[in-house]
Amino acid sequence: MKLNDMKLHRIGVIGAGTIGTGVITNIVMSGLHAVVIDQSPEALARSKAQVLENARLAPLMSKTLPRVGRDELLQRMEHTTELSAAATCDFIVENVFEEWAVKKPLYEKLDRIVPAGVCLGPNTSCIPITQIAAVTKRPELVVGIHFMNPVHLIPTAEVIRGFHTSDYAVSVLLHLFGLLGKQAVMVEDGPGFVSNRISHIFMNEAVFVLQDGVADAASVDAIFRKCFGHKMGPLETADLIGLDTVMRSLDVLYQSFQDSKYRCCPLLRKLVQAGHLGRKTGKGFYEYPDLQAAAAEQKAQAVVAQASAATA
Amino acid sequence: MAIQENGSVKESLRRFIQHSVQLPQLADDEDLFATGIVNSLFAVQLVTFIEKTFGLEVDAEDLEIRNFRSLNAATAFVEKKTQYA
Repeated sequence: MKLNDMKLHRIGVIGAGTIGTGVITNIVMSGLHAVVIDQSPEALARSKAQVLENARLAPLMSKTLPRVGRDELLQRMEHTTELSAAATCDFIVENVFEEWAVKKPLYEKLDRIVPAGVCLGPNTSCIPITQIAAVTKRPELVVGIHFMNPVHLIPTAEVIRGFHTSDYAVSVLLHLFGLLGKQAVMVEDGPGFVSNRISHIFMNEAVFVLQDGVADAASVDAIFRKCFGHKMGPLETADLIGLDTVMRSLDVLYQSFQDSKYRCCPLLRKLVQAGHLGRKTGKGFYEYPDLQAAAAEQKAQAVVAQASAATA
Repeated sequence: MAIQENGSVKESLRRFIQHSVQLPQLADDEDLFATGIVNSLFAVQLVTFIEKTFGLEVDAEDLEIRNFRSLNAATAFVEKKTQYA
């Protein structure tokens, strides 16, 4: 089938977290249709509201980003907790929790549900694409995508070719990227690919510097912003990603390479254990007073949901 | 009093910006975006802060970086929208 004839319109997005929501925003602002699948109705509702907010504020970022009305955006999204909805999709982007125990059974189920010939795009930060493809019967159609946050505003993404990924699957993904206004940097498979393998050592070492009392967080980040021209320093980047996500990625890298340079800094693990995960909890290496109310509400909602489930 | 209200809008914004960018000092007319002090994500955070703190809704036509480029610009924008001036 010629790529230009291929129907790439209904894009399945599995996982409506931060990255998933950015992917959905990109999809709907580009005129495509997002089929959003998440186990949590609360996550789906939050994601829907955030997509509308992202689109509303998009003109602030760029005059070239399209202005799409709220009603039209709502028509371009459907939300469900049923994985079976993946059967209606032309391409799948998966962004669930970065844990093999979660991803493995998900891909086994997806492989049975998604029609033959449809590509699967794991949006994973460290788990190798070849490992994911191996639990499916379509490894040649599995192509890794590593989007960067905020997805709808960053025009480039890392694209990872698994061991068996075919040129066809790469072409389909690049065609989708064309529709989304994105460019790809192609890399080969390996734990952490290029971006996270290097960036996580960078962030982790920044935490060690903090732990050793060499400088405070603001000074560490200022060195990289002001001396090197980085948009964000390593510690504020970690707060943005989520300290739990950074910690888990380091653990995956450490398990994969068995190299101590990837060992997670004790201070980072301690902050995660203390519940300080960065922006998502209103506190990480920095405090975010304007985000603390939202974080508390989310926590309260999770407690209520848990209590309801327990008494049901 | 108008002057106190004016002062509190500016000071509220100053605290938010200084806390967000971890700057010990912030010039009132410093262009935050031109000098690379902040990135585009910050613009979204600033708009969200303004909407929540001052009870405004920023209209589509107001979503221009020039309205939020500096402490002075953001203060003038809030004053115009809330008629504190």
